[in-house]
Amino acid sequence: MPIGGSRGVPSGRVPNGPPPGRFRGVTRRGERAAGLRETLASSKLLSYTMLGVLKRPIVVTADINLNVVALTGVGLLSRLWQLSYPRAVVFDEVYYGQYISFYMKRIFFLDDSGPPFGHMLLALGGYLGGFDGNFLWNRIGAEYSSNVPVWSLRLLPALAGALSVPMAYQIVSELHFSHSAAMGAALLMLIENALITQSRLMLLESLLIFFNLLAVLSYLKFFNSQKHSPFSLHWWSWLMLTGVACSCAVGIKYMGVFTYLLVLGVAAFHAWHLIGDQTLSNGRVFSHLLARAVALLGVPVILYLLLFYVHLMLLYRSGPHDQIMSSAFQASLEGGLARITQGQPLEVAFGSQVTLRSVFGKPLPCWLHSHQSTYPMIYDNGRGSSHQQQVTCYPFKDVNNWWIVKDPGRHQLVVNSPLRPVRHGDVVQLVHGMTARLLNTHDVAAPLSPHAQEVSCYIDYNISMPAQNLWRLDIVNRESDRDVWKTILSEVRFVHVNTSAVLKLSGAHLPDWGFRQLEIVGEKLSRGHHGSMVWNVEEHRYGKSQEQRERELELHSPTEVDISRNLSFMARFSELQWRMLTLRTEDSEHRYSSTPLQWVTLDTSIAYWLHPKTSAQIHLLGNVVIWASASLATAAYTLLFFWYLLRRRRNVCDLPEDAWQHWALAGALCIGGWALNYLPFFLMEKTLFLYHYLPALTFQILLLPMVLQHVSDYLCRSQLQRSLLSALVIAWFSTACHVSNMLRPLTYGDRPLSPSELQALRWKDSWDILIRKH
Amino acid sequence: MLCASCRLLVARAATTLPAPPRGRGPALRYQRRELHFPGHPEPPSSDSSVGRLTRQSVPLGRRVILRRGRMPPAVGGGLAGSELRSRRGRCGSQAARVVGRDVAAEAAARSPKRPVRSSRRFEAAGRWALLALVTLVSFATRFHGLDQPAHVCWDETHFGKMGSYYINRTFFFDVHPPLGKMLIGLAGYLSGYDGTFLFQKPGDKYEHHRYMGMRGFCAFLGSWLIPFAYLTVLDLSKSFPAALLTAALLTFDTGCLTLSQYILLDPILMFFIMAAMLSMVKYNSCADRPFSAPWWSWLSLTGISLAGALGVKFVGLFIILQVGLNTISDLWHLFGDLSLSLVTVGKHLTARILCLIVLPLVLYVAIFAVHITVLNKSGPGDGFFSSAFQARLSGNNLYNASIPEHLAYGSVVTVKNLRMAIGYLHSHRHLYPEGVGARQQQVTTYLHKDYNNLWIIKKHNTNSDPLDPSFPVEFVRHGDIIRLEHKETSRNLHSHYHEAPLTRKHYQVTGYGINGTGDSNDFWRIEVVNRKFGNRIKVLRSRIRLIHLVTGCVLGSSGKVLPKWGWEQLEVTCTPYLKDTLSSIWNVEDHINPKLPNISLDVLQPSFPEILLESHMVMIRGNNGLKPKDNEFTSKPWHWPINYQGLRFSGANDTDFRVYLLGNPVVWWLNLVSIALYLLSGSIAAIAMQRGAQLPAEVEGLTKILLRGGGQLLLGWVLHYFPFFLMGRILYFHHYFPAMLFSSMLTGVLWDTLLRLCAWGLASSSLARGVHALGILSLLLGTAYSFYLFHPLAYGMVGPLAQDPESPMAGLRWLESWDF
Repeated sequence: MPIGGSRGVPSGRVPNGPPPGRFRGVTRRGERAAGLRETLASSKLLSYTMLGVLKRPIVVTADINLNVVALTGVGLLSRLWQLSYPRAVVFDEVYYGQYISFYMKRIFFLDDSGPPFGHMLLALGGYLGGFDGNFLWNRIGAEYSSNVPVWSLRLLPALAGALSVPMAYQIVSELHFSHSAAMGAALLMLIENALITQSRLMLLESLLIFFNLLAVLSYLKFFNSQKHSPFSLHWWSWLMLTGVACSCAVGIKYMGVFTYLLVLGVAAFHAWHLIGDQTLSNGRVFSHLLARAVALLGVPVILYLLLFYVHLMLLYRSGPHDQIMSSAFQASLEGGLARITQGQPLEVAFGSQVTLRSVFGKPLPCWLHSHQSTYPMIYDNGRGSSHQQQVTCYPFKDVNNWWIVKDPGRHQLVVNSPLRPVRHGDVVQLVHGMTARLLNTHDVAAPLSPHAQEVSCYIDYNISMPAQNLWRLDIVNRESDRDVWKTILSEVRFVHVNTSAVLKLSGAHLPDWGFRQLEIVGEKLSRGHHGSMVWNVEEHRYGKSQEQRERELELHSPTEVDISRNLSFMARFSELQWRMLTLRTEDSEHRYSSTPLQWVTLDTSIAYWLHPKTSAQIHLLGNVVIWASASLATAAYTLLFFWYLLRRRRNVCDLPEDAWQHWALAGALCIGGWALNYLPFFLMEKTLFLYHYLPALTFQILLLPMVLQHVSDYLCRSQLQRSLLSALVIAWFSTACHVSNMLRPLTYGDRPLSPSELQALRWKDSWDILIRKH
Repeated sequence: MLCASCRLLVARAATTLPAPPRGRGPALRYQRRELHFPGHPEPPSSDSSVGRLTRQSVPLGRRVILRRGRMPPAVGGGLAGSELRSRRGRCGSQAARVVGRDVAAEAAARSPKRPVRSSRRFEAAGRWALLALVTLVSFATRFHGLDQPAHVCWDETHFGKMGSYYINRTFFFDVHPPLGKMLIGLAGYLSGYDGTFLFQKPGDKYEHHRYMGMRGFCAFLGSWLIPFAYLTVLDLSKSFPAALLTAALLTFDTGCLTLSQYILLDPILMFFIMAAMLSMVKYNSCADRPFSAPWWSWLSLTGISLAGALGVKFVGLFIILQVGLNTISDLWHLFGDLSLSLVTVGKHLTARILCLIVLPLVLYVAIFAVHITVLNKSGPGDGFFSSAFQARLSGNNLYNASIPEHLAYGSVVTVKNLRMAIGYLHSHRHLYPEGVGARQQQVTTYLHKDYNNLWIIKKHNTNSDPLDPSFPVEFVRHGDIIRLEHKETSRNLHSHYHEAPLTRKHYQVTGYGINGTGDSNDFWRIEVVNRKFGNRIKVLRSRIRLIHLVTGCVLGSSGKVLPKWGWEQLEVTCTPYLKDTLSSIWNVEDHINPKLPNISLDVLQPSFPEILLESHMVMIRGNNGLKPKDNEFTSKPWHWPINYQGLRFSGANDTDFRVYLLGNPVVWWLNLVSIALYLLSGSIAAIAMQRGAQLPAEVEGLTKILLRGGGQLLLGWVLHYFPFFLMGRILYFHHYFPAMLFSSMLTGVLWDTLLRLCAWGLASSSLARGVHALGILSLLLGTAYSFYLFHPLAYGMVGPLAQDPESPMAGLRWLESWDF
């Protein structure tokens, strides 16, 4: 049978290609007519005996489905088997479980580790299983109570893990590699222990991998239909699905961005070729580009926003993470701050009683505060102070956080009628509610930041230190220069009239004399805008009582505006997104944390769970054979690719043109996917774990059988070599299966092992397998 | 301003405006000079020569431009060279050689109307005159007012000090490689500076110390940036107006000017970066004559400049990357040229490896060799390096060390971590703050030598003084249980089940007890790595681990910097994970024990590669350690191109002489617009080419210049700017200046090309000519005028701050964030 005949590649031009007619089924079928490409999936027997019949597409389709169905079946079996065992919190379930409970109870939370789609999917499982959210997720290994539907909570990740198996098959066959290569990729995915472990638990990686693979697969399907039927329904649906899958991947973990970039890069490359295709009219090219832009840029953005919209719709109650958010955001949640601020007057007027919160919120969210104590006469380092009343920032709600906005020209501390709202640029005095002293700053060095001015509540000691208590109001987010100072919404700076210093939270903790509260200073060098200089009114009421005693007892005044309606979705979204990206949790070293270099060689492991009594345990461990050979295949591909590339540059074409194209595309997707999902971790400073490597690993696994097929097709020169290679591959695959089987007790955690057995499984010293000492 | 006006005249002449009437031209110029700079110390002879040259060049430049305006520009230079090469046969270099020549000559040669030979000579003279003028103006602006202010400005306090260290030959540590500071030191040495000025803080008066040599050297290198940029652009675009525009942008940029006038590393760094860029571009245009003398010299000059750039700051890696990418693409083209044999390609490859890898590497190593040879006295940098390294430095107590060899009870020691740049085990009279473990005395590691680094080795079970002469000497042996008492505070090294301040999974290490009496948590087992039990412990050589007896953890340093309460020293923890890492291995460095005889020890002298490796490790750690502190105003990379905020070089209030590092906003914002415009026009051009649009020859030539020449410059900008977004270390505004050079060059190329395209688009010939000339001229005038407005930023200003209407800079504070 002449190779590549129907594609018009004369076999003579292929120096290293397989000689005609001495090649077993797989490749020959692979080289045949493009229309028959789908027969790649059919079995050897069929191809030998029913060549004529195979040209009928129906038979072919049914054939593929059977393969895929079989793979799906085994995939499901491997992932769903004993899914609800162990009935205890395993590793990171302790975090994700908390978030699921928050979803069930509709309580707002903030998780800086990633966007909410993954959490939402897990919560969907809980919702379907009827979980009420009542479980205390406090430690790994805690037994689940009966109200926790463990099976349905773990179902979605397991399904995603199971479906990754047939998808690997499809991706390889869409890349125009043979049926057995595709089968090989799927089987490797099936038996990879780390993937099994990770997908059988309430964790996000398997969902991420699923959407990564889906994005790649649908892009390939789309790309393959580009030649025959552009703008068909088929074409459109795969294109759109690519965009959707990308945004889902990004929505689960920020890591998904890497795969998104991969797809975008490949799509951009293909689009660039499309632009160069002069058989297409300009209009046609434009509509092609537009379609791609809409599906790959527009759709993901919209979906991502939608995700947050649903997230914010679902979580409408205030919760433990409120403090991190701005007052306006908190006020938009039910309960919490909203309960306090409900019905506050909107416009701050002269005579208003307010609490002032620092917008910056670092190191702690806090309120401008003062109290009876004064600054110590002499500091530890020998500097002197004004010995006036301390002004600090206090991270707890307190009656001493109340200040009264006073008109410097009048003596009253109550609102007049009609109200005189305070506007941008007005000069005000701030009176401390409980002590009735005025906020003051002067040319005395601040206690901890000597370059800045001390801020105090003025006490007149009759020494040459006059009161300097006038502040000009500067509304930072004003729309016009006559804007009124609004509760919660306005972000303001207080500029000292005498010295132009700006009231600022320095972030330093005062020593014991200042009760470890945060230092407030007057910043003289106000370079630019900085969050630490900006304040907003959080609680607000109009002052009614003239007398100090009455004022202290004064209560809330009636409703005028409901603040929560004033915050649009986009404002809430951008704040939430910004906080998620900038929130810096302290990076703590974890016992099982690892460095990216350890992942490739599998020099690390994570103990997920240990049975409370026996030594049965779940351990995240990869199949050593697969990891090693996948890395080898990556190296081999890279070497071969550059070898071919250099030779092509000198006009020596080892591969026929289309084989080269397929080879290059496979490499771009798999090596690119691996590199993009792996190399950025070297730049990250957060705590890293072995499971971060799994998305990169899947791309490597996809590549492995393709490299093997390539070696067999183009590098083995004789039938003997080819048979030898097949034998080797079979031996290697059986080893992989065997290893997988050996590690199975650690993957499923279903069987207690004796200490000696465990010791025997500890192939590397760095594997931290737990051995119970009795 | 004299220079500015001269340049303007030239620019006018060169951009085809009708030449000014003969009689009035020079007169006008002299008049201007009289008006603006009566006190300018320039000899009249040089001025007249400039005038003469300028006048001569007028018609020539004009003709060249004329031709260039309407003809397809030659594409022989730049990357185009390789393209040409691949098309021609191996021997057919004649045609390419012609194309590769200078455009003016070529244009003249093709012109049927002009007499060829004489015009060529005049043009050459004109070219040189223009270059000389650009250089002169550059030098004049940089050297004007160089001695002002006569006090230490900004980072001069560091780099001047380091120059002094070289003159005094004392060892110091800095996060940058040594070349820049060595050159500063050399300049100071040659100009008679004796290294005695302390450079303590900005604002210190220089008084009688001779600082001008060092400033002059930096200004000298900084002045070369402009001719380099001029030549680079000229080579990439083959257009004098583009080159002139670039030169004007850089000359009139107050930021570049300020940065070139002080004792800083930046002018030196930028000099090497631009030199590398220029020689790379030049060698690209020699591509049609491979292995010729100019080819070799430009190639090796590139390598030398690369070594220089990397030798000044690690930022030099970016230009190395750029040259690397250029070389790879170059080799790729050569490799694809089937008319070249593999042997020839191999020769090309070898030449590049030799000149661009081997040569720079040798030079770079040589720089370090000189650095280490020159600095042979102990100084402030000792503690950053290992004990073995210190043994090289005269004056260090390890130099020809004479100390007791084996540890005994009662010995006073310093204990140094083996991991590089961690330092000595240290404690001081400050407690851990509340909420950070137990409120006991802090234990840290500290890089400087200090009395607080001293510890006494005691027996765990007795508190008797082992130095009492009645007791016999008892040596410490591997496996002994000991107690380490801090000499200054008499507290014991202690650990317990509290979490460490930063590394939460480790245990806290504290100083505990009063006068040496503590509890069982003060007991440590001392072990020597890879030794048998019972062996004595050697000073310096033995690698020690200290294992806490009660918890079984190992004393180590996490290498993390403690917050302010810990004086930004490094965290010490006791780690329960018994991994064998260097950070939990220590050695004993100083050793004092009056009961033992001092023996002369030859500490292992490290070999040169070890020294090289160690100094790099220390530099990298130092760089990573430069983290911005909480609540500190830090400059963000996105601030830079928009000229968001400057840096105060000197002075703060009205009465001070103030210098403020800020880019000329007109130049910077023009650059910013140009980048956007370039991306737009570049992608339009690229798409048109990819669509196979049939462009007229003129347009195609211009497009190629835009894509190739402009592309290289854009790559330079990208490489010198975007990596900063990934850097965790503290960043400053002046880090942007190398990128700014590239962006100014891009602006020059872009506007010239766009104006030419405009001129081509307007079919009518007279108007077309005018558009280009007028455009370039107005850009030149605009930049010059903005420099006139903003020059006080660089040359210094006195008087109220800019908010005040009385201020000399009133009305020029265009952004609120500028505080001059």
